[in-house]
Amino acid sequence: MTVMLETVDGTEVREGVDRETIETVQAMAGKYKHGWETDIEMDYAPKGVSEDIVRLISEKNGEPEWLLEWRLQAYRRWVQMVEPTWAMVNYPAIDYQDQYYYAKPKSMAVKPKSLDEVDPKLLATYAKLGIPLKEQMLLAGVEGDAEPRKVAVDAVFDSVSLGTTFKAELAKAGVIFCSISEAVKDHPELVKQYLGSVVPQSDNFFATLNSAVFSDGSFVYIPKGVRCPMELSTYFRINAENTGQFERTLIIADEGSYVSYLEGCTAPKRDTHQLHAAVVELVILKDAEIKYSTVQNWYPGDEEGRGGIYNFVTKRADCRGDRAKVMWTQVETGSAITWKYPSCILRGDDSQGEFYSIAIANNAQQADTGTKMIHLGKRTKSRIVSKGISAGRAQNTYRGLVSMHPKAKDSRNYTQCDSLLIGDKCGAHTVPYIEVRNNSSRVEHEATTSKVDDDQLFYCRSRGMDEEEAVALVVNGFCKEVLQALPMEFAMEAQSLVAISLEGSVG
Amino acid sequence: MALAKVKEDALSARVAGLSLPEAAGWLGAARTDARARLQAMGLPVRRDEYWRYTDPSSLVAQDAPAASRFDPGDEPEAFDGIDRLKIVFVDGVFDPAASDDLTLAGVEIERLETAASAQIHWAQGIFGVLEARGQTPVARPFAALGTAYAKDGILIRATGRAARPVALIYSHSSDTSDAILHHCVKLEAGSNLTLLESGPAAARFTKVLEVDVADGAEFHHIRVQGRDHERRAATHLFARVGAGASFKSFTLTANGRLTRNEAVIELAGPAARAHLAGAAVGDGDFHHDDTVFVTHTAPDCESRQVFKKVLMNGATGVFQGKILVRQGAQKTDGYQISQSLLLDEDSQFLAKPELEIYADDVKCSHGSTSGAIDETALFYLQSRGVPRSAAQGLLVLAFLAEAIEEVADEVIADDIRSRLEGWLARHAAKGGK
Repeated sequence: MTVMLETVDGTEVREGVDRETIETVQAMAGKYKHGWETDIEMDYAPKGVSEDIVRLISEKNGEPEWLLEWRLQAYRRWVQMVEPTWAMVNYPAIDYQDQYYYAKPKSMAVKPKSLDEVDPKLLATYAKLGIPLKEQMLLAGVEGDAEPRKVAVDAVFDSVSLGTTFKAELAKAGVIFCSISEAVKDHPELVKQYLGSVVPQSDNFFATLNSAVFSDGSFVYIPKGVRCPMELSTYFRINAENTGQFERTLIIADEGSYVSYLEGCTAPKRDTHQLHAAVVELVILKDAEIKYSTVQNWYPGDEEGRGGIYNFVTKRADCRGDRAKVMWTQVETGSAITWKYPSCILRGDDSQGEFYSIAIANNAQQADTGTKMIHLGKRTKSRIVSKGISAGRAQNTYRGLVSMHPKAKDSRNYTQCDSLLIGDKCGAHTVPYIEVRNNSSRVEHEATTSKVDDDQLFYCRSRGMDEEEAVALVVNGFCKEVLQALPMEFAMEAQSLVAISLEGSVG
Repeated sequence: MALAKVKEDALSARVAGLSLPEAAGWLGAARTDARARLQAMGLPVRRDEYWRYTDPSSLVAQDAPAASRFDPGDEPEAFDGIDRLKIVFVDGVFDPAASDDLTLAGVEIERLETAASAQIHWAQGIFGVLEARGQTPVARPFAALGTAYAKDGILIRATGRAARPVALIYSHSSDTSDAILHHCVKLEAGSNLTLLESGPAAARFTKVLEVDVADGAEFHHIRVQGRDHERRAATHLFARVGAGASFKSFTLTANGRLTRNEAVIELAGPAARAHLAGAAVGDGDFHHDDTVFVTHTAPDCESRQVFKKVLMNGATGVFQGKILVRQGAQKTDGYQISQSLLLDEDSQFLAKPELEIYADDVKCSHGSTSGAIDETALFYLQSRGVPRSAAQGLLVLAFLAEAIEEVADEVIADDIRSRLEGWLARHAAKGGK
């Protein structure tokens, strides 16, 4: 019955077994492969946060008075706020005065005019990460297409954006893709209109801190009726020690436009924790659509829970116009702690929000993630598919809200949360909030928790796979619905991350 | 900090008018402990996460909001056809004249007050003990209030198979009564008891029921919360279920301005079973909250939660349910479903169905749905000649059926169905869409 097809490095691959899965599992010899650091001279702001630091960051970015005022307002609110404790995560108190809020490579003191002028050491960093900063290059893994797809990249290194590729080609289509600090200078009217309009300055503790000290990030504007000619992408790299990264992303999709945006992140291995508190705001006007995909692979800390990134992120999309559409897809494999709830405000009638998530927590990682779907407009639709995987001593929580307002007639939500446990020392939790305030809407929520099915494992083992391979295969199958929602460029990376993140969790 | 102060003030206001029950010995000590717990917690305020969907202010207020008595007309009282031992409380005070003689084969029954004088009493290991255990991880201050301030209550110990069900009947005579009761039930290994509860009890009712089900015992609990509409109630059910034991509880709630039914169940011995179910129907300013916390401590246990609500004319239904599976509680089978049927535009359903799982070889699922009545099904029935209101009644009963199925006794299940039919007939006529 079984037809032997081929061999990959000595392992027989049989029919029905995904060849890629085996290859990736084999390729992942080292554990966290992005754990190296770039040795480069940095220019730091003094440690700690204060009004002076806020002023300094604003000055370094050459910002106008209104933005400084806006930052200071946020800072004054933040000082009075209390760090939230409701998430199911435990960590020692963070000393907000014991870290740097601004770190910039010295070579970036004078802003290079193009990527060609950027310090080769910095460019090499991205080359090593497999991120193409040369316009003719493509993301690894997608070569060989008849018509290669282009991806424009904004590379953010610690507190600054190094540069953005394909700017000219994008400009032809009218698309603005640049760092937010450039946008403040070149398109102040857009920034002023939309900044903080989705995630208000004092939205929550971490978003407020970000509003005060954000250093850089990406800015995208897609004009009316434009379908962005290529995928846009931002790659975040934390390199400096004891430095927090506070980036701010603002994407505006004007009426009838479309854009697909990818985000990736990595950081070096360190014994101390580092804070990453980002804010992402998406504004979607009438008939527009944004696809936002994240592969979050910050350093997760070692097996004992030493080091790793604290990823406290606020992401929100506002579907302001009728028939606006947003799709969040996230693969969360890194970070010591993840605190992240990409949300959708479905304000326009017939607007639509989707959330697809894979969260993997291994060793001592803790993830508390989910989404909020706020249905305000009529006939709005939302769909949530969340797959949580826990291994080692990790804790993984799905926390979500579905709210149907009285005026959101005939709306629809479907939520599916599945958790998979690998090993008897980890935890998987589901905390959904469901608020239905009208009767013409339908809300359905389903959640299951199970372990890796013994029968499936046995089947794979009987076909000659070893246990880790078998688990990786079963887990990939478990995540399939979400992996399929990712753009192709990311799907590959995500699939291999699923395997790497679970390494060592069996036995 | 500020919140703690508000909670403390709420408590001071609530207990200002209450006199402390006198008791020495074990009962006095248990009450003193409960007072200390209560003092540390304070009473809930609107900002409390656990009271996110239910406003506790009428439960916290110093005086019970007035609630006029309700005349059920010619509707027979609940469990009328069942041969049972009746224990009657009027406005939260035991009424010996209306109650049966407290002797029953296979069961020992006594009032809380008479047990206080005993040097050693079986209830010592239960009274306030299960409640105290149930205070973590979430505080339940009204339960501690019940332990500290209840002057009356009943202690029931089953030693074998109870000859007939024990019925606690609560009646309501004063419009401003503020009743606090605390009962304890112990089922010795292998025993069997059915406990029935019915009636509105008081304008405001705070009740704690602690149940210890020892290995292999079977406990059935069926409650009908009465048709009084103005009343307010905060009830707590704490249970510990031993190895191979079975715990089943069903509650029917029709009407009530505010009902908060908390159930805190621990599956403490291997292969224990706990089934909790509720059917609630509400019209207008009805607010009903089921808050359930099931903990699987031992392996091979099964828990089931089935809660259904039918809401109309702006009624509110709340469900907060949790399954906690502790490390080592392998082979757990946990199931939870919460559903609401909203019969008009104004009603609302607020749910927080949680899972917290620390063991890998488990099967746990929960589901929650909310929506209007199925127009296609309604149309189908109408096309078969069933009038619209009757068709709606049929579909509502079908919706509630899964919860009522948890009532094992067919006579009682039929009685509950006919009560619901009656309620729907009366309320559909009021113009529910």
